[in-house]
Amino acid sequence: MRDVFTWSLVASTIRLATPLILAALGGLFSERSGVINIALEGKMLAGAFTAAAVTYAADVEFGLGNASPWVGLLAGMLAGLFIAAIYAISCIQFKADQVVSGTAINILMLGIPAFLSGALFLSSGSTPQLPKDHLLPQSPYVIAVAVGVLVTATWYVVYKTPFGLRLRSVGEKPEAADAAGVSVSKMRYWGVLLAGILAGLGGAYLSIGQSSLFTRNMTSGRGFIALAALIFGKWRPVQTLLACLLFGFTEAVSIQMQGAVKLPSGENIPVQFIHMVPYVLTIVVLAGFIGSSRPPRALGIPYQKEK
Amino acid sequence: MAKFARDLIFPLIAVVAAFIVGGILILLVGDNPIVAYRLLLGSALSWPDGIGYTLFHATPLIFTGLAVLVGFRCGLFNIGVEGQLYVAAFATAWVGITLAHRSAWFLVPLCFLAAILAGALWGAIPGVLKAYFGSHEVINTIMLNFIAVALVSYLTQYHYREANDPILQSSPIGWGAHIARLGKFIPGLPERIPLNLAFLLALLCCLLVYLFLWRTKWGYEIRATGSNPSAAEYGGISIRKQIVLAMAVSGALAGMVGINEVMGYRYRYYDGFSDNYGFTGIAVALLGRNHPVGVILAALLFAVLQHGGIYVDGFSEHITKDIVQVLQGIIILFVAAEAFFKWSLGRFGFRRLRA
Repeated sequence: MRDVFTWSLVASTIRLATPLILAALGGLFSERSGVINIALEGKMLAGAFTAAAVTYAADVEFGLGNASPWVGLLAGMLAGLFIAAIYAISCIQFKADQVVSGTAINILMLGIPAFLSGALFLSSGSTPQLPKDHLLPQSPYVIAVAVGVLVTATWYVVYKTPFGLRLRSVGEKPEAADAAGVSVSKMRYWGVLLAGILAGLGGAYLSIGQSSLFTRNMTSGRGFIALAALIFGKWRPVQTLLACLLFGFTEAVSIQMQGAVKLPSGENIPVQFIHMVPYVLTIVVLAGFIGSSRPPRALGIPYQKEK
Repeated sequence: MAKFARDLIFPLIAVVAAFIVGGILILLVGDNPIVAYRLLLGSALSWPDGIGYTLFHATPLIFTGLAVLVGFRCGLFNIGVEGQLYVAAFATAWVGITLAHRSAWFLVPLCFLAAILAGALWGAIPGVLKAYFGSHEVINTIMLNFIAVALVSYLTQYHYREANDPILQSSPIGWGAHIARLGKFIPGLPERIPLNLAFLLALLCCLLVYLFLWRTKWGYEIRATGSNPSAAEYGGISIRKQIVLAMAVSGALAGMVGINEVMGYRYRYYDGFSDNYGFTGIAVALLGRNHPVGVILAALLFAVLQHGGIYVDGFSEHITKDIVQVLQGIIILFVAAEAFFKWSLGRFGFRRLRA
């Protein structure tokens, strides 16, 4: 068991948790405002593809060199924002079912990035390989600091600013917020759009940070793990961060062990069981078996202004 | 009549609008949408391959569409169809392998039962969690999908794979568990096309689901719970029971995908076999407006696209079969945004059609 916990495991936990943290914080803004976000997966895919494609274009077509991953990162965030805007208009403006719209976006984003990769790069659904030195910084220190700042900022915004108070109020009791003069739709737009930017960022980090290209369905469920972390973290920033680190750790362990983890007793734990950990924990916590995780009261309910 | 027109017109608008948006995308990447669509839709019409394969692809989609439909009618969003069908397919194969030497009279009904029960059980879990612990079925079914996939992949890899098989699949099921391919009965349809008796079972299930939901007390109570839970409870219906029942029925329908896959097609459990059947089922139910007849039509449409996707992949340099996924996504987005169409129809003077 001792050789499991090495420095490289800590570093890879941080690396693997980062996209989860970014997407989960995004989900936090959206769900705290009362809009379910099962479309995190789709937004991450949009971010991942756009970041990789734009970084490649910036590098090869425009010769931006070291600046290209940053251009790509910005593009990835914008892609997430764009998808979030579609989601927001459909859920907030037209009061469409949030889960249905989210599912639509997830299915759409399984197709569009692969379709565009095929069309633009004549590939079977992936973008060209990027040069190793034209990627986002990989150092766990840099990432840890950036993530720490982001989590602190999220905590501050959600709990210590008037904006955060309004955001939480439209997620808990939209009627009361409305009566107090807070625009429910406006706050929900903010929540959903911020979620888009952050999930796009998480996706971008996946394609131009952790790896060096976009491949078909490369998030492989990370958007849902982020959602699980958000629930496991009880919709609070710091707990969500810890949940993401835990889930990142389970992923790091399963990669490092390549197949099976050996217990001190010499028995093997198949990697599939390690994969299940985040999902089982989420179900257990949501059902209130260990502590309780209560969603924002108005989560998933479109707000109908009284006339 | 107005309701019937509405039921028909909005799905049609969604499909046409999706094809227009998809066509623009195809134009943008430098290809001819008419040629692409002719390949995509036309290849399903050839006999026997086109029609045979399209009906084969439609089979799991009818099951998953019905599964999602039953959930919706009870006010539940079963995103867990994918997990339910995996567990059920594995259970089918498990019975087919374990009792491989038994006769068909014994094995076929038992395998059917395995598929139905395993799906129902896996579906009932989020039902129980919702009914008795108050946790949202959407989250739980998503989580259970991942758990199901990991679980059956573990069982296949460690316990039911043949020694030295490089593919992650189980050993074959016994002959007694095979169900006939339709080619056996239909002249001109070769038996290499995997369209099998499960297709007829799917059609039968459409009828049964209709009778269950609209002609039985249970179905009435499920629908009452779906349309107004507090009124239903006031009327003496136990909402908790209805939630668990609806999720179990939904899971059982999802599970029947295993019959098509294991008993009629591959004759073994093949890891990761589902081509997003569960998620496409959501699209099928929504586009079919949560009615069994609508489900058949929508499943056929998506099956046509799925079959045509293979041809598009082969013929054009720029477009891949991913266009099918794109079209599906846009269709659901438009179905979800029905209010948008109502709003625009209203603006253009079709007020009669607005709900």
